[in-house]
Amino acid sequence: MSDATDLVTRARAFVGKPAATPVAARDPVNLPAIRRWCDAMGDRNPVYQDAAAARAAGFDGIVAPPAMLDVWTMSPFRPGGRASTERMQVLELFDAAGFTGVVATNVEQDYDRYLHEGDRVHCTAIVEDVSEEKRTALGVGHFVTLRYEFTDDAGDAVGRMLFRVLKFRPPLAQAATAQAAAVPKSIPHPRPAVTHDNAFFWEGIKARRLLVQCCAACGRLRHPPGPMCPQCRSLEWRTVEASGRGTIHSFVVMHQPRLPALHYPLTILLVELAEGVRVVANLLEAGAQQLQIGRAVALDFVEVEPGYLLPAFRLA
Amino acid sequence: MSGFPRDQAAIVGIGATEFSKNSGRSELRLAVEAVTAALAEAGIDPAEVDGLCTYTMDNNPEIEVFRNIGGRELRFFSRIHYGGGAAGAPLQQAALAVSAGIAGVVVCYRAMNERSQYRFGSGYTPPPLPTAESAHYGYYVPFGLMSPASWVAMAARRYMHEHGATSEDFGRVSVVCRKHAASNPRAWFYQQPITLEQHQASRWIVEPLHLLDCCQESDGAVAIVVTSSQRARSLRQTPVLIRAAAQGAADDQQMMTSYYRRDITRLTEMELVAAQLYAQSGLAAADIDAAILYDHFSPFVLPQLEAFGFAGRGQAKDFIREGNLELNGRLPTNTHGGQLGEAYIHGMNGVAEGVRLVRGTSCNQVPGAANVLVTAGTGVPTSGVILARPE
Repeated sequence: MSDATDLVTRARAFVGKPAATPVAARDPVNLPAIRRWCDAMGDRNPVYQDAAAARAAGFDGIVAPPAMLDVWTMSPFRPGGRASTERMQVLELFDAAGFTGVVATNVEQDYDRYLHEGDRVHCTAIVEDVSEEKRTALGVGHFVTLRYEFTDDAGDAVGRMLFRVLKFRPPLAQAATAQAAAVPKSIPHPRPAVTHDNAFFWEGIKARRLLVQCCAACGRLRHPPGPMCPQCRSLEWRTVEASGRGTIHSFVVMHQPRLPALHYPLTILLVELAEGVRVVANLLEAGAQQLQIGRAVALDFVEVEPGYLLPAFRLA
Repeated sequence: MSGFPRDQAAIVGIGATEFSKNSGRSELRLAVEAVTAALAEAGIDPAEVDGLCTYTMDNNPEIEVFRNIGGRELRFFSRIHYGGGAAGAPLQQAALAVSAGIAGVVVCYRAMNERSQYRFGSGYTPPPLPTAESAHYGYYVPFGLMSPASWVAMAARRYMHEHGATSEDFGRVSVVCRKHAASNPRAWFYQQPITLEQHQASRWIVEPLHLLDCCQESDGAVAIVVTSSQRARSLRQTPVLIRAAAQGAADDQQMMTSYYRRDITRLTEMELVAAQLYAQSGLAAADIDAAILYDHFSPFVLPQLEAFGFAGRGQAKDFIREGNLELNGRLPTNTHGGQLGEAYIHGMNGVAEGVRLVRGTSCNQVPGAANVLVTAGTGVPTSGVILARPE
């Protein structure tokens, strides 16, 4: 039996058994904890924090956000690591075999009832499944699926959660990748790089004007901006404001990769402006099926973040 | 102007690591493994290396490679810009250096963990300070046009519109590459051919490009040893002559977004490379026995066929539909499986396959292949070589 097969066999011996010692929540369901969770999540639903609003909604008092289900029984932070009763032997098997990386891949929760102030949650985690060895973008690893059963003091079910993690073998080089995947963060909309040569273009966009560089000597229009006219080599230039009329010269519909700030599928146009130069920008408010090369479009602007404008086009 | 030292330099050794999605070791280690493997194949002691050449978007400095292989005196080193577009250019520089007597043994290399360590195809990340290059990306990335696939897709859509090519025509390129990869044990997609139906059913990456129009990011390394043709005659491998080697950048050239030319369905920089290669070699399209055409994305194989005169303008789709890229076709193409099928080592693995074809050792050998064309990255400033069998 190979080491890999042996590891899976030993890990699968845990299937159907508790993954760790069952735990009772340290604190009953309480308003301060709910408040902090709602603040962190940006959840402003008043039934979680305001008793009057909760009663108006038909509850006896405030209720906990259902998604907090597993929060109540989470292990506390311990600088030295988890206590022996909190550790999961099935995961430690993989750690010992070099699969020290971990990333959560799936969470599914089911709720039987709302939790009220004073409820005390109990939790048992059961090993549901251990996958064969898989090759993933993070590295070689195994998916471990855990099923959490949540009950109240009376032993009645209040909800359950399916939680899947990937235990993977992190090559040294992958530390940054693994961390990035585990901790998603908001990424601002990409900014253009502004130089002496193109500042006029981006300043114009801020003022809702699409400016095209025009050679002051020979009158040739050019885009993207540059310091010298490729036709007459003059360094002198002025700008003309585009009429905003144009036609679709080409277009793509982007599915992958995705920027957090944009909506997908994302249509991106190469527009030939009436003035004769081409620009790339997004299409507003139209499905790709209506698109074809040669269609007329009209310039607009979209505020992608407060104070950050980009040109965009509508079908004309 | 064809002062290239035709046939004066030769490729005498090729080496590579395995191609994978997770090499499990450093890029530098991949580089030195491939370089020493190529030297061992050539029968040349690493201490003899006095020239190293690579191209940008490779993270292995020449001097790091050099000190690790126990080099002593490095007389020639250069690194050519524009990533995969430069795949043929190190051979040009090596041939020039060797024929000029500047260096005796030049090793060209490419080594990376572009899949496991970073995602090469995931998009452009700007540097902290604005430069002319980052200013360029500002006209695309804020609109979400941020990946190599997306930049190619824009030109591909226009090509389809003007020339009546279809997604199936792009798919036929992928199918033939995967067919060749299926019988290449080194290929990532060994024994995994695809059908045109699978190509059509594969998910969109950037319309009009399906997943199976795109090569996969790879970990791996390839190295090529160049020395004088004279010395090559006494070495252990059949010499493969560098008959012609050229670079090209053309009108209103941009890095993958030359969208401002009158005609964006042509690869004018590749047409410039083609004109030089034919002038240097004295060969014409009819003399080319097989080709390794850069296929990071399938659509750009079509205008390459046109740039080199294998098909007329807009007629590459017909050339492909007639089966001419197959082993028994007019121009057996990407016999190793291409970057769509073998691995995406930014064209350097294609150079190695060109060498095998001329030696007669490809796992999909084209009988009697005497002149083999190898091209580099498309949509970018590019390059190409013609490799030839000694008379």
